[in-house]
Amino acid sequence: MEFLVASAIGALTAGGIYLVLRLRSFPVILGISLLTYAVNVFLFTSGRLTIGGAPILREGAIGYADPLPQALVLTAIVISFGMTAVVVMIGLGAFLGSDDDRVDDAPASAQDSPEARP
Amino acid sequence: MTHWLIAPVVLPALLAPFIVLAARYHIGIQRVLSLAGVLALIGIAAALAWQAADGTITLYQLGDWAAPFGIVLVGDRLSTLMVLLTTVLALFVLLYAIGSGWDARGRHFHALFQFQLMGILGAFLTGDLFNLFVFFEVLLIASYGLMIHAGGTARLRAGVQYVLFNLIGSTLFLFALGAIYAETGTLNMADLAQRVTLVSAEETVGIRVAAVLLLLVFAIKAALVPLHFWLPSSYAEAPAPVAALFAIMTKVGAYAIIRVYTLIFPPELSVTQGLHDLWLLPAALVSVALGMIGVLAAKRLERLVAFAVIGSMGMVMVMISLFTPEAIAAALYYIVHSTLAGAALFLISDLVRTGRGGSLALTAQPPMAGAALTAALFFAGAIAMAGLPPLSGFLGKLLLLQAALATPQAALIWAVVLLSSLVSILGFARAGSQLFWKAKSITAPEDMAPASVPAPLAYLAVGGLLALLALHTVFAGAAHGYTSKIAAQLFAPQPYISTVLETPGKLSTPDPQKKDH
Repeated sequence: MEFLVASAIGALTAGGIYLVLRLRSFPVILGISLLTYAVNVFLFTSGRLTIGGAPILREGAIGYADPLPQALVLTAIVISFGMTAVVVMIGLGAFLGSDDDRVDDAPASAQDSPEARP
Repeated sequence: MTHWLIAPVVLPALLAPFIVLAARYHIGIQRVLSLAGVLALIGIAAALAWQAADGTITLYQLGDWAAPFGIVLVGDRLSTLMVLLTTVLALFVLLYAIGSGWDARGRHFHALFQFQLMGILGAFLTGDLFNLFVFFEVLLIASYGLMIHAGGTARLRAGVQYVLFNLIGSTLFLFALGAIYAETGTLNMADLAQRVTLVSAEETVGIRVAAVLLLLVFAIKAALVPLHFWLPSSYAEAPAPVAALFAIMTKVGAYAIIRVYTLIFPPELSVTQGLHDLWLLPAALVSVALGMIGVLAAKRLERLVAFAVIGSMGMVMVMISLFTPEAIAAALYYIVHSTLAGAALFLISDLVRTGRGGSLALTAQPPMAGAALTAALFFAGAIAMAGLPPLSGFLGKLLLLQAALATPQAALIWAVVLLSSLVSILGFARAGSQLFWKAKSITAPEDMAPASVPAPLAYLAVGGLLALLALHTVFAGAAHGYTSKIAAQLFAPQPYISTVLETPGKLSTPDPQKKDH
């Protein structure tokens, strides 16, 4: 099971990094989503992988599933979900404003024109 | 247990939604509420700093849970100083935003401003690494909104870059936290400081990877070369008051490095040997050089200021990477100076923009409105930022050179700092002469954009920041004495650790007499 989970995290991270290095905002946002999936699974495994462990330690329980990483993952999921929504909205605004969804700096000539800013 | 320590987090957290819900159509009421909130925060921060000044470490256990199980806020000399610095900066930035009318050019400026303060103050006060991540996200998500305040295509494009870069940084932060938790089983800073020393010498791979990842994350925040690429565009395109407030955000990264790498991974720890002097110092020196060359090469004033911020952050990181008490004391003195000077320069560049009717290009243009006063302020701000006497930038660099003298890399540090200072003086002198002197030789064309004199309140805010810099210079002895005390406290972390871990709370001691309440 460890091998399966580790290679899943690795594949997600590799795909995420590849997409993040693209120049257009759509693949970059997809790449960031993949990276956050990878990190969520990674956080989940940081409490060790256990099967059928008791959620709360009580008398007579042999082992238990660490609840803290689950709480951390929940926080991380909520935050990354919100952040992705924000970046989609800002990216959409930038695309609609300039008919261009590149994420690198605009050419120097476009930057120097004062009418590009309010 | 008093609840004052959490007030800097709770007050803006309550005020921001109140501003959105109760005063969303009344800019006047928003301004009054926001100003009152910041003034109250200054009062609280001053009281906390006064309380911590004698070395007391204040602990606040959320929900009364004892330290390794619950989240704690810790107020020691360092964190209360940073809280006070943030709130004072926020007051002048807010005055400028109101005076220049920036806050009325888009919706919800004041609410986002308060959320931003909540995130920054929380990041300074927390004693838990995961909670630090959460406060980083709070300050980031508020900064995304502030960054694109008032809209515009160029600003939105820069905003996309800024958000994407920081999202990747947050992902790295989570990877680092997962690795630390997997290795040690705790995320409380004081608890970590104890457990990291227990990691056996053969099993240090995970914790070393985590330490480096964490350093990378904080270096992104502190805009250390080669992780600085997000800063010039986003700071240059952000509205001026927002960019001025962002001057404290790079310092959040510097603060986190000082805190984590004195408390959890101190230089003498064998696990992370070589991390600081081998990697941090060269990167910091390159930051100084690159920032100052950027000052000389910039074609627009706001980019010049952004590169000056990179250079001064590099200067801070050079001091931090030496990791001696003298160097950390110098770094803290310089952090205060660099925050105020960077913010003042961003505000001055907006004064120039207003006076010129929108253009910030560093080419000769017809005389601007209100040129005399703006030029005087620019002169003072440039002297402070470039580190010329008599202002505090000069004293900060002097402290750095003094602290570096004892280290083996003294010659390199002296050479880089002194040469880059010369380059930055040239850069500021060129900018000043293009902006203010050459204007006299050009007559205004007929179709020139109408320029207006900036509002008196805007000048007052910039003047206030520069006055604080002057005070920081006049009382340099007292200020440096206090930062030396902070450094002494940082390098003797045992009281911090025992305060956090031994203060009783729920779950701390299994006491059968005491009922759960």
